[in-house]
Amino acid sequence: MGAIAWAMLTGDRAKYLGLVFGVAFAVMLMTQQASIFVGLMLRTAAQVIDVTDADLWVMDPRIIYVEETEPLPESALWRVRSVPGVDWASPFFKALAVARAPDGRLQQVFVLGVDDATLAGAPPRMLEGSVEDLRRPGAVVIDRVGALFIWPAEKGAARPSDIGRTLEMADRRATIVGTAEASAPFTTFPVVYTRYSEALRFAPPPRKPLSYILVRAKPGEDHAALAARIEAETGLKALPWRRFAWETIRYYLQRTGIPINFGITVVLGFVVGAAVVGQTFTIFVLENLRQFGALKAMGVANGTILRMVLLQGAAVGVLGFAIGIGMAAAFFEITSRTNVDLRGFFLVWQVVAGAAVAVALIIVASALIAIRRALVLDPAVVFRS
Amino acid sequence: MTALVEARAVVKDFAAGDGTIRVLHGIDLDVRAGEITLVVGPSGCGKTTLISILAGILSATAGEVRVGGRALGALSPRALAAFRRETVGFIFQQYNLLPSLTAAENAAVPLVARGMRLGAAARRARAVLERLGMGQHADKQPRQLSGGQMQRVAIARALVHDPAIVVCDEPTAALDAASGHTVMELLRDAARGPGRAVVVVTHDPRIYGFADRLAEMEDGRVTRVLDDPDAIRTLAH
Repeated sequence: MGAIAWAMLTGDRAKYLGLVFGVAFAVMLMTQQASIFVGLMLRTAAQVIDVTDADLWVMDPRIIYVEETEPLPESALWRVRSVPGVDWASPFFKALAVARAPDGRLQQVFVLGVDDATLAGAPPRMLEGSVEDLRRPGAVVIDRVGALFIWPAEKGAARPSDIGRTLEMADRRATIVGTAEASAPFTTFPVVYTRYSEALRFAPPPRKPLSYILVRAKPGEDHAALAARIEAETGLKALPWRRFAWETIRYYLQRTGIPINFGITVVLGFVVGAAVVGQTFTIFVLENLRQFGALKAMGVANGTILRMVLLQGAAVGVLGFAIGIGMAAAFFEITSRTNVDLRGFFLVWQVVAGAAVAVALIIVASALIAIRRALVLDPAVVFRS
Repeated sequence: MTALVEARAVVKDFAAGDGTIRVLHGIDLDVRAGEITLVVGPSGCGKTTLISILAGILSATAGEVRVGGRALGALSPRALAAFRRETVGFIFQQYNLLPSLTAAENAAVPLVARGMRLGAAARRARAVLERLGMGQHADKQPRQLSGGQMQRVAIARALVHDPAIVVCDEPTAALDAASGHTVMELLRDAARGPGRAVVVVTHDPRIYGFADRLAEMEDGRVTRVLDDPDAIRTLAH
């Protein structure tokens, strides 16, 4: 009876497409908004996530998220290095500075100072130039999109290399020696990487210079245990990078209205999708009630009718889900290429899985609500004109 | 001739508010194989209820219906559905064709309900449509057919699985005289099939002449059964 169920479903083209696109738009709305939300939250921890060399971040015990730096004395670095299990520890400087372009344009930037000796904390994905060029005096690497903010591309013209361009920060000249792909920060300021010693000149700290200490654990060392040991021996706070990223994200979740706003949109997507699909599907089944009655009169069992309706629902759900996910993926693919403000937003598989569960719930609930009428239908209805 | 369907003292009550309303008052009726039996009577006399019980769609409140010696009252709802699938062909006043299926696919539905694949079932249904003079319309959808053609598709659907009983509810009510005549000729041919009986509920005196037996009903009772062709023809006029 599956073929008959399919024919009944697709026979009324307008209703069939209405059902499929109802699901598709609900899926797109839910996945697009949820993915932007996830992307936005990941942006808050971008600078933690981008440092791939370190296992642990060590900081002032009062720090609760990455933007809230409380500088440490440089002596803290030596104390951390002395803790057993630490393979290496390097200084990491993070501050905001105002960069002035030669044409007078001002732009607030993140200055990240990486270890002079090892360049630990340097950008992992260089697009132009070499990380080693950071060793040159006054050298900085800027993130690709940050450079676009300062030197926007001229319409129709090929964009020249950023290498060799200069910026002025704290009356010091910085020369761009490379560009890197960095995760978009929450505040969208350009990210400027330089050596620790240069960073102290570009964004002079008030007194104590050290923002964070990056730590690599010795091979085989348990990161949580090492963090506990550092905390016990130095009185500082030490967190595995993943946990620090999550604590930063949690801060934004708890302190901003972002989750509520996005949550409302995602819930609206679900509710609107459920209402549209539920109502259309119920009307579809009710309009076919006489046909179901005829099938029942001809000896088609209730179980078969139920399977027919569930098959129709599953077909609508699978098609609508595929189209909706396709639309969301296309949205992110297109916007990530055409709009730098939307870079770093992508379809997260967990969101896709969540949308699949939501669609399954919508379809099963709609089918069950609609099918009740068909199941209790007296087949003798077909004898009534 | 032995009866294919035997109804004995059939009573049917329906719930109405706090009480019940009796629609059939102890009906006795035999339906014989090889014959067309017409059930006639005014609206509300219980004709449709009676054929619903004979076809295993409704169950009798009291009394017994046996089809081919099988007591329908003893069957579970599941077994009754299987009984209808295997033993009964239906023709409805409003045709009840599935609008998105072709004529051949519509006629194939009882075979699909019995587990045959739609393609193979439609091929078999096409042969039945050919016999009914509908071969050239087999690939059309119901909206492309006239009322008479739709009813012929419904007849093909009722016959495709070779049922023992064909139950028809006002099969000519929506048709003009010529189409109604054609439909009844087809049903008479169908009734001549081996071991098959056709039961027709109708208001339409134009088709009384096709009856081998005619049961008249009034107020939930069979008031008389005629099997004399002359007497039936007289009633038609």
